[in-house]
Amino acid sequence: MKYTIMVNEGPYQHQSSDTALQFVRAALAKGHTIFRVFFYHDGVNNGTRLAVPPKDDRMLQKEWSELAEKHGLDLVICIAAAQRRGLMDASEAKRQGLSADNIAAGFRISGLGQLIEGGIESDRTIVFGD
Amino acid sequence: MLHIVNKSPFERNALKSCLAHALAGDSVLLIEDAVIGAVSGSSIVTELQQAINGNAVKIYALSPDLAARGVKAERVLEGIQVVDYAGFVDLTVANEKTQSWL
Repeated sequence: MKYTIMVNEGPYQHQSSDTALQFVRAALAKGHTIFRVFFYHDGVNNGTRLAVPPKDDRMLQKEWSELAEKHGLDLVICIAAAQRRGLMDASEAKRQGLSADNIAAGFRISGLGQLIEGGIESDRTIVFGD
Repeated sequence: MLHIVNKSPFERNALKSCLAHALAGDSVLLIEDAVIGAVSGSSIVTELQQAINGNAVKIYALSPDLAARGVKAERVLEGIQVVDYAGFVDLTVANEKTQSWL
């Protein structure tokens, strides 16, 4: 079965980013396909590579990147939500005249249309959030 | 249809609203802080039992989230089925539509 996952909550709010990651792992383990993971609202904070949590804390940003590399996941960050929160890829940083970008490996920045397409293309759309 | 509730019924009324809207044959999965509602003897028990016994709604609770909150299986209200993440995935397969009560 083909899934699109929506994550509306950041890694340091409640539990939903963790739940979404565990759900994706469990779905992949059962042989399902993750068509796309769409990060919206504070969920975009899952996609920074500049987070440095304490060594004994989990690091969701890295776990998403590793999972994306292993399974070829399409991790999409909403551009409007990203701009508000300072999440930039190289081209967006350049376009905005900013000195740096911070997007983590495996993530890409795009628009809400990607969520709609995910909903159309997938058998199931599951929302995790606050 | 699968309803997913992730907030404690003692913090928000999402679970109560969900139970009031769930139809016969629907499933309700309690995750994150919502699993506290699955504890036997709490003030939400009447609504849950009405849903299970009166309305033919199936109620599930996510086992890792119960464990994280110190709720052992024997404290879970009778009639609620405990599932792990694999069971969570199976519920989304079995139900064509999923609604998260955020």
